[in-house]
Amino acid sequence: MIEQTLLFQAFVYLCAAVISVPIAKRLGLGSVLGYIIAGIWIGPFGLEFVAVEQDIMHFAEFGVVMMLFLIGLELRPILLWRMRISLFGMGGMQFFLTAGLVCAIAMAFGLDWKFSLAVGLIAAPSSTAIILQTMQEKGWMSTQGGRASFSVLLFQDLAIIPILALLPLLATAKTVPVDIETGSNSLNLMKELPAWSSTLVILLAIGAVILAGRFLLNPMMRLMAETRLREIFTATALWLIISIALLMEAVNLSPALGTFIAGVVLAESEFRHELESDIQPFKGLLLGLFFISVGASINFDLFVAKPFLIAGLVVFLVAIKAGVLLVVGFVFRRRAREVMRFTMLLAQGSEFAFVLLAFSATNGIMAQEQVEPLVLAVALSMVLAPILIISFEKLDLMFTSDTLDEPDEDDNITDHRPHAIIAGFGRFGQIVGRLVIANGFRVTVFDQNPSQIDLLKKFNANVYFGDGSRFDLLKAAGADKASILVIAADDREKVTQIARLAHLKFPDLYILARATDRRHAYELIELGVDVVEREMFGSALQMGKKALVALGYRAFQAERAGEMFRRFDHEGLRHLSKIEFGSDQYREQVHLMTQDLERIMTRDKVRFSEMRGDKDWEH
Amino acid sequence: MASILIQFAHPALQKSRVNSALLEAASGLDKVTVCDLYELYPNFLIDVELEQAKLSSHDIIIFQCPMYWYSVPALVKEWFELVLERGFAYGEGAHLLTGKKVMLAASFGGMEADYLGDPPNVIPLDQLISPIRQTMQFCKFNWLPPFVTFDADRADASRMTSLDAVYRYILVGLRDNAFGMDALNPLVPINHQLTLQVN
Repeated sequence: MIEQTLLFQAFVYLCAAVISVPIAKRLGLGSVLGYIIAGIWIGPFGLEFVAVEQDIMHFAEFGVVMMLFLIGLELRPILLWRMRISLFGMGGMQFFLTAGLVCAIAMAFGLDWKFSLAVGLIAAPSSTAIILQTMQEKGWMSTQGGRASFSVLLFQDLAIIPILALLPLLATAKTVPVDIETGSNSLNLMKELPAWSSTLVILLAIGAVILAGRFLLNPMMRLMAETRLREIFTATALWLIISIALLMEAVNLSPALGTFIAGVVLAESEFRHELESDIQPFKGLLLGLFFISVGASINFDLFVAKPFLIAGLVVFLVAIKAGVLLVVGFVFRRRAREVMRFTMLLAQGSEFAFVLLAFSATNGIMAQEQVEPLVLAVALSMVLAPILIISFEKLDLMFTSDTLDEPDEDDNITDHRPHAIIAGFGRFGQIVGRLVIANGFRVTVFDQNPSQIDLLKKFNANVYFGDGSRFDLLKAAGADKASILVIAADDREKVTQIARLAHLKFPDLYILARATDRRHAYELIELGVDVVEREMFGSALQMGKKALVALGYRAFQAERAGEMFRRFDHEGLRHLSKIEFGSDQYREQVHLMTQDLERIMTRDKVRFSEMRGDKDWEH
Repeated sequence: MASILIQFAHPALQKSRVNSALLEAASGLDKVTVCDLYELYPNFLIDVELEQAKLSSHDIIIFQCPMYWYSVPALVKEWFELVLERGFAYGEGAHLLTGKKVMLAASFGGMEADYLGDPPNVIPLDQLISPIRQTMQFCKFNWLPPFVTFDADRADASRMTSLDAVYRYILVGLRDNAFGMDALNPLVPINHQLTLQVN
């Protein structure tokens, strides 16, 4: 093997991902399978670039932790509350039925009950990483089956806590429990504590996360936001997740669950979108790494040695899980199509299984040679998962005429989308925003001034920290579904930047932009902005009308003169933008504004007086 | 003494001769309020509550305006549509306007003989203004015969002087309740029925 520097490893992993994933996507296999295949060919049974080290696997599992944080962010507490029936009903039923059945069958094969129970508990969870990644990729989160899957996954995450507590009790040999998940040098508060106080510590830890989320994190992020340094904000977000994960591990809770709770608490925060877009790339890469590790960890030697045992275990695992899921789906009266989606999504082993199996081995519940085939079976079931999901899609296409996934109205996970997005809530945006909000339209506001954000939140507006010049933030704010985007930022370059981005990425969005001056207006028109308003024009025109009245004009006469002038100027703007923007002169900025003005005033003198006035209206 | 509200409307008063002169004549009379609607609402955003209050606090309402294309200027029509709303001007519980007098003081471009029903104006004057009359009577106003200025495009100074005097005489007479209303024909211009008494 070639010398493994960190950079070289990074090179190999990224290279494998960059090659495999696009090909897999192109072939319609989805990114998960792409990563797994990448893992197989760089792994010990492929090109032997990497060996799977536990460390990498653990590091990669952090992707799952981040993913649950992100999901928490999307899920307001109220939505979580609405899910309680499917969470505990479907989740509980799936978990106990699967665990019970696997345990019973294992015992029927003559295995020890403790061993059987451990296998049952380990078989019950499904792979959060695969399922959520797939659902996000295919946009299934808002389907009935997607939500049911999510409820079940959440229950499984909750169940990990008691399982970790239960497994050592099943140990046949007395061995020193080793905390597999955290490794040796992390702190553990639970080592010597009696049961009642460890429960108390767990509750305290969760309480701490909730309280910190409510009262501490927002002010802290505001402070970070005020530095206007993006990387500091990103660092804060990462630090936040890592510290929660560490805290959870210290009390033997699932870090994923802890960050999920933190996410839910922060779902109402104005920094939600910023957090989302900061964490998203890390999550994606880490999950990719995780799937690569799964691929690389597949032990082909073992498979060749015991093909029937391994194949049997895989089929057994997938078939039992699928059977139970079918029953659960129909008991809870979901539509047949959604039951199928739900079944195909969840019928695989979980990444927790790797952890729990290793944990069982060190606790002496299972022997190492018993664990290895099980690990392989779980890994292979994960390879099978994307294939099952693809086959569901193919069948679905055959049997349903429309391929649209109808989202359910009542307890939708995704937020209802705003009607208008306003980027910038300074002196200009405020007027637009107040008018639109006062008329009862839903509005999402981007602003970078924390005190402004506070104020707006008092009026129940959707406010987010940021300036709207980033694609991910715009998308998070619902730019793909909103009807209009008002760009009201103070900064000229920022306005142009947002307009260019929004026009390119969201061609359906109707864009209204604030222009600093005439030349900026030309530029925005050229970019394809639908409505351009020069920031000073409206108020100056109003003043002009009042000046005419003060000079002796009738109010209506001044009104008409002003409005005619607006039309005249506007036509000139559209007309001249075509001529001037294309000319070479445009590039020579010197004297151009005065030249513009001279040309414009000449046009005013000649043409405005020719403009059709009010000929009648006598006597 | 009755109070009079003159709702004056001219989209281009700066070009007007007849109406500006009549407006001049009406200004400064005791108990006569003059409102210049186009000056108040240059962007047509009529303050409905204020206008209704004005109606409530006056006994006689006069709409003074030029007639273009056989009708009142656009702002006056807009005013009708917004101010004379259900519940205030008509419909259940609406009786604030009942019994108030209303008069149209209108200027026409043609000669009197042009509005007798012969081509090109095949509809006689009283029928031309009947939509306005109908509107007012629907709101339980007492419809007075209109004050009409004909040949308004060519009004010379001497005719204007006498017209101003007649207008002022009629306004004062209405205010002081000096005319026997029952004797007046609602279809014939009031200034034609009452000029003799001036002379």
